[in-house]
Amino acid sequence: MSKRKSKEKALPIGECISQVHAVLRLRFLQQSHDGKKFGVESQHKHLVELLKRTVIHGESNSAVIIGPVGSGKSMLLKDALQEILKIGQIKENALQVHLNGLLQTNDKIALKEITRQLNLENVVGDRVFGSFAENLAFLLEALKKGDRTRSCPVLFILDEFDLFASHKNQTLLYNLFDIAQSAQTPVAVIGLTCRLDVMELLEKRVKSRFSHRQIHLLNSFKFSQYLELFQDQLSLPSDFPDTQFAESWNKNIESLLENKTVEEVLQKQFNATKDVRSLHMLLLLALCRINVSHPHLNAADFLEAFRLRRMDSKANILHGLSVLELCLIIAMKHLQDIYDGEPFNFQMVHNEFQKFIQRKAHSVYNFEKPVILKAFEHLQQLELIKPMEGLSVRSQKEYRLMKLLLDNSQVTEALQRYPNCPTDVKQWAVSALE
Amino acid sequence: MEHHAYEEEKLQKLQQLILCRDAQVSTLLSIFGERQHLSFPSIFIYGHTGTGKTYILETLLSTLELPSAVINCIECFSPRLLFEEILNKLHNHCPAPENDFSSYERCDSLNDFVRLFKKAISCQGLEKETVYIVLDKAEMLREMDANLLPGFLRLQELTESYVTVIFLSEIVWETFQPSTGCLEPLTFYFADYSKAELQRILSSDYPPEYSPEFYASYINILLGVFYTVCRDIKELRHLAALNFPKYCEPIIKGEVKENDSHKLFRNIEPHLKRAMQTVYLREISSSQWEKMQNEDREAAQLKGLSAHAHVELPYYSKFLLIAAYLASFNPARTDKRFFLKHHGKIKKTDFLKKHEKTTNHLLGPKPFPLDRLLAILYSIVDSRVAPTANIFSQISSLVTLQLLTTVGHDDQLDAPKYKCTVSLDFIRAISRTVNFDIIRYLYDFL
Repeated sequence: MSKRKSKEKALPIGECISQVHAVLRLRFLQQSHDGKKFGVESQHKHLVELLKRTVIHGESNSAVIIGPVGSGKSMLLKDALQEILKIGQIKENALQVHLNGLLQTNDKIALKEITRQLNLENVVGDRVFGSFAENLAFLLEALKKGDRTRSCPVLFILDEFDLFASHKNQTLLYNLFDIAQSAQTPVAVIGLTCRLDVMELLEKRVKSRFSHRQIHLLNSFKFSQYLELFQDQLSLPSDFPDTQFAESWNKNIESLLENKTVEEVLQKQFNATKDVRSLHMLLLLALCRINVSHPHLNAADFLEAFRLRRMDSKANILHGLSVLELCLIIAMKHLQDIYDGEPFNFQMVHNEFQKFIQRKAHSVYNFEKPVILKAFEHLQQLELIKPMEGLSVRSQKEYRLMKLLLDNSQVTEALQRYPNCPTDVKQWAVSALE
Repeated sequence: MEHHAYEEEKLQKLQQLILCRDAQVSTLLSIFGERQHLSFPSIFIYGHTGTGKTYILETLLSTLELPSAVINCIECFSPRLLFEEILNKLHNHCPAPENDFSSYERCDSLNDFVRLFKKAISCQGLEKETVYIVLDKAEMLREMDANLLPGFLRLQELTESYVTVIFLSEIVWETFQPSTGCLEPLTFYFADYSKAELQRILSSDYPPEYSPEFYASYINILLGVFYTVCRDIKELRHLAALNFPKYCEPIIKGEVKENDSHKLFRNIEPHLKRAMQTVYLREISSSQWEKMQNEDREAAQLKGLSAHAHVELPYYSKFLLIAAYLASFNPARTDKRFFLKHHGKIKKTDFLKKHEKTTNHLLGPKPFPLDRLLAILYSIVDSRVAPTANIFSQISSLVTLQLLTTVGHDDQLDAPKYKCTVSLDFIRAISRTVNFDIIRYLYDFL
């Protein structure tokens, strides 16, 4: 026994690292919170109560959970459902139907999916129904008959609820809410959405059938709580196989909290967004740097992860342009400065570039017009410039009106970062107005 | 480049196959993690063309033997093609004559795809292994159904399996974001190759009959000419392959030794400069260029594609086109001065407003009504032109030839407006054939 215990205690380091990855990746990506909740206790209680009333007392309910992306809507629902299912008598005769607005893009698909999830495919078979409501009523009736008890409650979970509102006539929503109001089958319709104005999307008759129960999930925590969350998320659980490693890992995380650099990074992240999911992404990126030769997280990992997350993508693209393309961008910037953001065409850019060559630079940049046009088209392909009207309008390439999708500051910054930028080009970029 | 989860041997093989991309590969490996680890739901990789995005992903996935499906979104232009292709790849199914080129399973919507994907995963026994779906040219996804991109972004959550979707694109992530928001992918930048890296990669495939140093010095010269214009490795590699025989020519003839780089440079540089004006723009095809080198003709003697722009037109069509050009590029108030015989005294100042000068050729053609075109036509043709059906049909045939375009498609018959869409060089060539001095009539060149 003792031998086994000692074996359990000290796994080889590679194994430990692998375990750390497995545990933490699962935690960050599957959004399972291990029962810990941050500032959503009241909402959780509300939801559990609501669901309980449906499945135990046969009361029909509807509610919408609203919150920004990454605020833990699905997690809250998952937790609540888990808690409900723990109650023995319910598990047997409560049915769940999960629908997602991204998958069920129209009512026909949604109805098929409901049939499938209720295991009624063999019953419906090839029967053709007159109306949508008839089909739905049949589905629910079949449910009633199928069970020994009088009726079986159904929980409808509608993820991306706002997308269901874009269906034609909102038939599915109308029928679900209608059943929740009139028919005897107890149903609970729970919608999840990130749109605050979701009520405005509903038609009048659908809206009137909805119970107007809204559960708001707003990330209303302070920075100190954010730090707590950070520690909680990174700590290894007590059932980690190698306790010694877990202990030293957790101690390290604790010490990280005191680190000024880490706090700075977290503060910056917090200022940008309070969204827990982006915190997870940051932590995961830092975690990716953990390997056998580098078994513990340090401040540099977080700095690097933050740098990766906060790169300006357009600056990156600008960095890879050729000198000629960069010159064209500068010419466009000048045109924008002179003409106050009016759109331009290739001819004007070419003219501006020619002025530069004739006055300032050596003949090194003296390219032929088609070569310059090719560079211009490459810029368009990279979507750094955008045509004003659609491409369907037939006109010559040279005279198509374009807009630059870059800021002046972005251009200047890119110039400074550009490797081996010729001095005369730099000079030209600085001397904006003449 | 090291990762404890993968065999040393395979990693070494990777190192041989991939040049100058160690940082990216090791980051990717650490993000992927071990096979049975959960990875990011989606990774968005962007970078310029020819920075090895597709190549590295493909070699990485195939060398490490990870279950994957690499899809080109240009090829699979509809959702159905896309879904079925992914499922085919997962089932190792290939459309062939034996199965009537049919795909493994019919799949129309994202809903079916998610269901069939789960089935495929359990079929292949990949439940606890990360499956990679690589979508190349992901910018095409934006134009497809609105639910496709958000759907792929949260595929891990929707299918409840260990799947990672990798998007490859040239365009930055910001332009992909749907207005209603979505699950943010991990964006990852493939940096462009620096000049030294380009030099190293291009020099790596030297021909066996010459020494590597010799080829490297050739690449150095090539980059010296083309680097300011082009950084695309595919284009550069193509140009390098095309012009190498010319570079070796003096050595084969025995005029120059291999290490006399100065003479070789003097020999090749004008040739490369010509190549930029011709082959780089695809004026002359590569095969023509090669043939020309073999026959030792002077480069660029051959007419390029754009030199064939000359079009043979009927007499009145030529004048119609000239009239249209004049109408497009001259302001209407100057018509009197140019085309009327007794236009009275010209106030010079009226015509020499500085700010207006040369703007017309800068801003492009302006639309003009049919009446003005005909008025100018009558004035520039010396003989009397009858407004026959022929003349009018010639106008519409010029439109079908895309030398003119109609502006505003509201009315076909009543006062249609046109624009002239030919270049100045083209119209000068036309007017030369009918002995008409167009420059004298153009306001911009007054």
